Amino acid sequence: MRLTDLPLRQPAYVDVIDWNALSAAEGQRLREFGLCEGASVEALHRGGLFGRGPIACKVGRMTIAMRRNHAEAVTVRTGAEGETA
Amino acid sequence: MSMLPLVALVGNPNAGKSALFNALTGARQKLGNYPGVTVERKAGRLSLSDGRPVELVDLPGTYSLSPASPDEQVTRDVVLGKQRSEKRPDALVVVVDASNLDNHLRFALELIALGLPTVVALNMVDLATRDGLELDAEVLSRELGVPVIPTVAVRKRGLEPLRTALEGLIDDAAPKARPSPAGRDFDTLRSEARRIAQAAIVRETPSRRLTAAVDRVALHPVFGLLLLLGLLFVMFQAVYAWSEAPIAMIEGWAEAASNAATDALPGGIVRSFLVDGVINGVGSVVVFLPQILILFFFILMLEATGYMVRAAFLMDGLMAKVGLSGRAFIPLLSSFACAVPGIMATRTISDPKDRLTTILIAPLMTCSARLPVYAVIIGAFIPARDVGLGIGLQGLVLFLLYVAGIVGAMLVALVLRRTVTKGQSGGFLMEMPKYQWPRPRDIVLGLWQRAVIFLKRAGTIIFASTVILWVLLSFPRVPEDSPASQVDHSIAGRIAGGLNVVLEPVGFNRDISLALIPAMAAREVAVSALATVYSIDAGDDEAKLEQSLGDRLKDKWPLPTALAFLAWFIFAPQCISTIAVTRRETNGWKWPLFMVGYLFVLAYLAAGATYWTATAIGLS
Repeated sequence: MRLTDLPLRQPAYVDVIDWNALSAAEGQRLREFGLCEGASVEALHRGGLFGRGPIACKVGRMTIAMRRNHAEAVTVRTGAEGETA
Repeated sequence: MSMLPLVALVGNPNAGKSALFNALTGARQKLGNYPGVTVERKAGRLSLSDGRPVELVDLPGTYSLSPASPDEQVTRDVVLGKQRSEKRPDALVVVVDASNLDNHLRFALELIALGLPTVVALNMVDLATRDGLELDAEVLSRELGVPVIPTVAVRKRGLEPLRTALEGLIDDAAPKARPSPAGRDFDTLRSEARRIAQAAIVRETPSRRLTAAVDRVALHPVFGLLLLLGLLFVMFQAVYAWSEAPIAMIEGWAEAASNAATDALPGGIVRSFLVDGVINGVGSVVVFLPQILILFFFILMLEATGYMVRAAFLMDGLMAKVGLSGRAFIPLLSSFACAVPGIMATRTISDPKDRLTTILIAPLMTCSARLPVYAVIIGAFIPARDVGLGIGLQGLVLFLLYVAGIVGAMLVALVLRRTVTKGQSGGFLMEMPKYQWPRPRDIVLGLWQRAVIFLKRAGTIIFASTVILWVLLSFPRVPEDSPASQVDHSIAGRIAGGLNVVLEPVGFNRDISLALIPAMAAREVAVSALATVYSIDAGDDEAKLEQSLGDRLKDKWPLPTALAFLAWFIFAPQCISTIAVTRRETNGWKWPLFMVGYLFVLAYLAAGATYWTATAIGLS
């Protein structure tokens, strides 16, 4: 499941990141934010009164905001309970 | 370059670095620039426990030593000893956020590996505790191989132990840091950071997080936006409501000074210079200090509490529509205070075309220099009526002027992104810091620095242009028996007469043309210029001299002219500092000239449209 499809406030883990979909600088910034394969991730808020807004998500202990086109590059799997949507 | 030992504060953005810097140095700070780059250098003096002074420099926050912006480049160059005009620090204070250890420790490890004497400030431990996180600083210190001091910068906790630790580092010249294998890659550092963070955590109990709870409202697509609009609205109402008393006080002083000078000096050139030029001219601008400080108070609070990034998040969707990054919202919001720091803040935007567009529209955000102009015109022409719900009409008009600037900026961005800055839009990647209550001292310090900058401007640029204008207005002297007024007869009056041929169609009179010339130096000079014009115009007429600038304007200007003047100032291109900083940030004259050109055209059209409409519907 893509990060964009992850229901809000459902804990998950980063499965795969398609680094090729991101520019080198964007990839580096995301890595510095702690986004990497295996990191815990939780979607918190979606912006979007004016069309498709960004997503705020918790990565590890940090909350970051990114646009949907970046979040689409991130594939996640939900926790051990195996709840998949 | 100082001979004192140099200590650098380094760390991730949002680690509380600046609060720690303020807590350690107090008001003894020096703001400057690194040569060649427009990156602010913040330095201050710190006394160690035994009283020895040390120079402390606050480096721009960065996530790693691989820079993505000019600010981050400075941090990297300073700690590596490659920055021109700055010696390599004798010691580092690495600031980490206690509740974000896994992430911040990675950068800390990178810094410790440089081998400089280092101490780690485990900052914001109170917020970590609030979130149910308990840490062992000793374990952390053992694992990192450097001293670790728990601190709460905003509550001034842990400062004494930090000073003591620094003393130890500076006394012992040998590197304290454990030599580490150089060139460890990103992933190695990250897993090392995570291992150490896990080892240092004593207990972690999930707790209700304040930030998450507030964000449920603050980031809500509907309620969040209402909250943002509400905050901005309160901000603009407050600019008027809170400033009445202090303004009256400053006006009282200016009047007293003016009266004293009038009484003490015989009528003539010297008295005219002092009263008309200096006191009336400069005084008419200084009087807006309270309003400017109220505006800065709100902007500083929004930044310090962590709300500013939320505003950027809410606005990103809209910004994306006009081809900008949500990141652009922060420089644009700072431009409400002044476009110069706003344009400098665009450095955090990595995409060059995003950045250029943001720079070009920054002057459309209503800066505080326009506030005196708006305030004096609104005060004179818009009745102080309550339009219901306790909303004042004057505040409402001011709010609408700000909105007009924003809408104008969005439309200009939309056009620019399809023409001169065409290209793929950059993204929006931001960290969202936790909310926190700022320390009042930090806010007061920020306001103090702004007040000094404003008064310096009033004392230099504004003073100089007012004096030049006074000279141009006072000479040649009108002959005693001539029916012409002094202003008509003067050099300035004649220049303005010529300029007025162009400006008359949009409803401007000769006095406005006159005021716009010196206002090239700074927008608020328009007000002091008008004050000087009408003061000289009044001559020795006691009754006229007693009148406030607002009353004089009301006598002289029809309402459509006043409204056209307001509309002109939404776009008002004139501001030498903005042009200069744009030239510096875009490396050439092409873009500043383009900016001034398009702003002039828009200002002219806006003033014209307003004047013609107002005249057509019969406002007077």
